[in-house]
Amino acid sequence: MSGSDTTRTILLHGALLAGLAALDFVLPDYHHGVLARVMVLSVFAMGYNIAFGYTGLLSLGHAMFFAAGLYGAALPIYHLGWSVWPSLGAGLLAGLVLAVIVACLALRTLGVAFMIVTLMFSQVFYLTTLYFTTYTRGEEGLVLQQGMRTLALPGGHISLANADVRFWAAWTLFSLTLVITLFLVRSRFGRALVAIRENEERMRMLGYDVFASKLAAMAVSGTISAAAGAAYAVLFGYAGSGFASIQYSILPLLWVLLGGAATVLGPFVGTLIMFYLIDTASSYTTPHMLVVGVALILLILYFPKGIVGTIRAKWLRWLP
Amino acid sequence: MNPIGNQSQVVGNGITRRDVLKGIGAGAALLAAPGFVRYSQAQTSEPIRIGFQCHRTGIGAPYGRWYDRTTAAAVKLINEAGGINGRPIEIVIEDDGTDAARGSEVVEKFVRQHKVDLVYGTLFSHVVVGSAPTAGELKVPYYVVSEGYHVASGKMNRYCVQPGITDVKAQVRSVAPWIANNLGKKVTLVYPDYAFGHDHRDYFAPAIEAQGGQVVAMVPIPPTETSFTRYLPQIPRDTDVIYHVMVGPAVLTFVKELGEFFGNSGPKLFGFIDSLEAVDLKSPGLEFLEGSHFWEGMPRYAQADMPDYEKFYREAIGLDDNGASVNDARDISTAAHMFGCWETLHIIKRSMEACNYQGPQDRQALIEATEAMTEMEAGQEHPQGKKVFDGRIHQVFGEQNISQVKEGRLEVVHRTSIEDGRYEPEGDYTKMSF
Repeated sequence: MSGSDTTRTILLHGALLAGLAALDFVLPDYHHGVLARVMVLSVFAMGYNIAFGYTGLLSLGHAMFFAAGLYGAALPIYHLGWSVWPSLGAGLLAGLVLAVIVACLALRTLGVAFMIVTLMFSQVFYLTTLYFTTYTRGEEGLVLQQGMRTLALPGGHISLANADVRFWAAWTLFSLTLVITLFLVRSRFGRALVAIRENEERMRMLGYDVFASKLAAMAVSGTISAAAGAAYAVLFGYAGSGFASIQYSILPLLWVLLGGAATVLGPFVGTLIMFYLIDTASSYTTPHMLVVGVALILLILYFPKGIVGTIRAKWLRWLP
Repeated sequence: MNPIGNQSQVVGNGITRRDVLKGIGAGAALLAAPGFVRYSQAQTSEPIRIGFQCHRTGIGAPYGRWYDRTTAAAVKLINEAGGINGRPIEIVIEDDGTDAARGSEVVEKFVRQHKVDLVYGTLFSHVVVGSAPTAGELKVPYYVVSEGYHVASGKMNRYCVQPGITDVKAQVRSVAPWIANNLGKKVTLVYPDYAFGHDHRDYFAPAIEAQGGQVVAMVPIPPTETSFTRYLPQIPRDTDVIYHVMVGPAVLTFVKELGEFFGNSGPKLFGFIDSLEAVDLKSPGLEFLEGSHFWEGMPRYAQADMPDYEKFYREAIGLDDNGASVNDARDISTAAHMFGCWETLHIIKRSMEACNYQGPQDRQALIEATEAMTEMEAGQEHPQGKKVFDGRIHQVFGEQNISQVKEGRLEVVHRTSIEDGRYEPEGDYTKMSF
């Protein structure tokens, strides 16, 4: 990548983050809240994109990583009275440990088998959250009261239940993840992941430890997904088994496909569009998922690489 | 000196016709100014906007369909009678997909985009629990019609109330004495192995023990099961009663396999109609239920001794004698729960009138007005029956129906008392800040 491409990349992503920050001051209340949610959920999508988009690991089990972060943060707050910072750390650690364990086993398979094995692990995790209903309240879930969601900062304590605080917390997490992803995919490691996706045998023949690279990709992917889950718990005050269900494994896949797999901005674009598609369609019609389905079919027909992926293929080839 | 006379004298001497015209002109300009129009109208005729969080899609869709119809019928009745404080009700519906995360988003949409006065109507517990934090943060009254023990647990927030339907803990406690005295004292629980089933497990066992009975076995069924035959041998042979609360599409298989396993010589059956809401009791396989008993919040089938106000309610909603839609006999209602919408809307009306609700600035007063409620007499506003509201836990208590399946219909054989279901409150929302 040339120096001018690097400059353009930094300018584009910097402008996006600055634009999102500026929206805090101009967006109407409702869309302000929506954007905070979308930023958190697109962190989940960015995590998924590392595994699926860049490494070619089509996982159908990423809900378990999101939920590991969610419960990893929520359970210590709810049952042990932990404060937010250590709980967020627990959420990240839960996601990391689970991702490493699952990857060690699931990466022994390839393709469709990998899909099914990750799906099975995720189902086991989902059923585990139901089995331990005594602690998790299962599908009903737990409420983290506002008093449990105060963040200790050098200047004092702030409530994460406040809409502005939530927006900036979501923006901070989103920005950090975007920068990490950008750095990662432009690094030697990131390029190795793309090469593994394109031709695994060749990479192995060239002397790369493919298993170790894929394991690292899954670990990063799982940890970022868990960060989104942990943030969701402390920002929105709810943790329930529904987030571990198959639906939350399919959603990041759709967000990434819609926005553009293996693009840094695709997950955010996909999450944003999908959110508004459902939000708008459900206000007008009951079978709103039909509208979403038609939109996805049109996408496959006219934007097979997703929105940002198509923009990159046709116009901006320097997009990471 | 008479102050009133003095005042009128001052007015009379101090104000000229020009001053009066200026005043009228200024007042008219103020009323016409953007922003004030809305305010001045709100004092008079602008509708009271209620956000209806509806399960239009997802597993709760059959409930959502009937909650929608009940809501429409109740609103029509209230509006025809002059609305609330002279203002009509306007229902704004959003689909929550029976999903906790979407439920929370919908509450935010109601408040921040639709600018509703309050949010109402949710049934499934996970949607209530997922939405409650948002309602609390946005400080919007959240009137749920869910029957979960979430609100009554004291673990939600001051803005969550359940004044139109009883909760599962009270329901379970209410039926336990009748089961012990009429069906038997040795009970096996068969329940789905997640929160809904666990509620029944945790509340029923102590309730039946208090009646001298005992739970001889608990058979949790994993939520992914589609066949139940392998669980049935776990039911002890000396069981008098099988208490079952299976839900979802698998319930038909469950009942059929239960019938095939025991034939005509098995233990007696007691279930919660939740399993079979919106399901025709004449469906193939359900003939095994003949003679068994169910809890019903409100009877599905028209009863011989039905009071006039219940007839009025059924007619307003469009229910035939079998509890199906008058327009489609196959469209079975969720009669045991949907009355909660009707009653909750009437409670909202009563609360708004009690606090002279004018707009969102009166939301706290609205909650306090509901908290102050105590007794609700049976009648057109409360067709399910008399109720007692406990403002401390924001939960209503009422009578329950125990019905028996006779020739494919449910016939009420016993009505519990309100006291049967009462329990010691575990919290006090009135001590919680807004």
